[in-house]
Amino acid sequence: MLAIIGTVPDEKFPLTLGRMTLVDETICINAERIPVNRGTPALIGAAIKAGEVLGLDDIHGFLAGDIGLGHGSRKLYHHLTEQLPEMKIKTLVFHYLQPDVDWHNKILFAVEAMGKKPVLIADAGFMYAAKMSGQARCYDMFTPDVGELAFLADEIAPHPFYTRGFILHEDNQVPDLIRRAYDHGNAATYLLVKGCVDYVTNEEHIIASVDKPVAEAMEAMGGTGDTLTGIVSALVASGMNLPEAGETAARTNRLAGVFAHPTPATQVIEIIRQIPRALTEVLKSPHIKD
Amino acid sequence: MAMITPFPSPRGKFSLFKLNFNFLKKKKASTARESQEDLGILVFENTSEVIQAENFLKSRGWHIQVKGPPPGIQSGCDLVIVFPLMEKLIIMRQLTESGLPPIEMVPVTDPLLKPVDLFQVKDFGDYLMVRAANMKLTVDKNTGYIVNISGGGCPDVPYLAQEMVGKHLTEAPRPGKIGHTLCGYALELAHQEMLKQCLP
Repeated sequence: MLAIIGTVPDEKFPLTLGRMTLVDETICINAERIPVNRGTPALIGAAIKAGEVLGLDDIHGFLAGDIGLGHGSRKLYHHLTEQLPEMKIKTLVFHYLQPDVDWHNKILFAVEAMGKKPVLIADAGFMYAAKMSGQARCYDMFTPDVGELAFLADEIAPHPFYTRGFILHEDNQVPDLIRRAYDHGNAATYLLVKGCVDYVTNEEHIIASVDKPVAEAMEAMGGTGDTLTGIVSALVASGMNLPEAGETAARTNRLAGVFAHPTPATQVIEIIRQIPRALTEVLKSPHIKD
Repeated sequence: MAMITPFPSPRGKFSLFKLNFNFLKKKKASTARESQEDLGILVFENTSEVIQAENFLKSRGWHIQVKGPPPGIQSGCDLVIVFPLMEKLIIMRQLTESGLPPIEMVPVTDPLLKPVDLFQVKDFGDYLMVRAANMKLTVDKNTGYIVNISGGGCPDVPYLAQEMVGKHLTEAPRPGKIGHTLCGYALELAHQEMLKQCLP
């Protein structure tokens, strides 16, 4: 089972757990319906679309409504600390959740109590909390963008909002930031870094870098990092190893972007629609570059 | 696998400049001479309360700054208000009377974290993107409509995008009013800068 934990931008959306499907570009989970837009719904949409190609249909959501006050995130945290130890999950993805170190640590204890530890992937707010807690090494993969990588590289910053200027400085190349993040113990076993060049790396070396194809407008589009995390999560849940999944996801996300012919005004659903075509093409020709 | 290439420098495409935080200072204060012992911090339940209190205190002419809390009271998504400790009683009274009481008020004893103060502006031709910290706001230059919001990781980011995208820059709700986290605060800074860039 691929389990995705995150929030929906609707304060009234209840704590909802269940298998998810995509019908007419709307996420269906139990009786709830969620439009696919940026954030966790974009991650879910991308994972389901990738799952169509991979034969993966066991995708479950642990969702709650949260508009930034943390109410929904805390409902999820509370539920997960109680229920996770009894659950069987192959791949566990944490996404848009209110960063809270205390709750993060309780979740990690609950994961450690599971019969078999799942592959752990973290992005967005939960990745921030994982880094701040000093427990980043417990995770199998983080999926930061370059700005978030600078935050991981800053051993002091508790949130990207406080990343120090000398680390953000443009002269700091991504490989330097990756090195610094690992040196301070603030990176997961693997990093999938989204940027002008996407990197797949571990502590020892950069395993892959993907710089083609290019759809420059994707930088301005909300949700393109979420789709990358969704694709890599589906690939990992389908059995692909993490570094290969990272590179395949980076190529697929870029190709889906090119297929969508985006402008900076394009919405992420346009890219999600192209994921099956892009992933099929990448899997046929893993080293496609253009 | 592609060859490893250096991360392309944004120089030439981006303009990078310092955010002027002087807008937080209504009084001409001799900050440089102020020692840590002169300052206190106001701690609130969440960032949206900090933003409300900041706006309230600024409207009353107080010399305040927003910064990151010291490590001892960090929980993950925090912002505090730094104020002159000598004014403790009157500031507390004003905040309480306005329904914005802090949950804690403590003297500054440790170095405080400074928010990111760099902006990047990228011109896409018909579109302009402003980045503040980890948040990006993109506007159609011809119409002034917000076309995309990206970056960030706190749960109000999708909510802010939902409320702001598709609306005119001057009519969309302000992230400083409806946001609740540091990502929301960063988006407010990007919004302020976009207004400066786009409006005469």
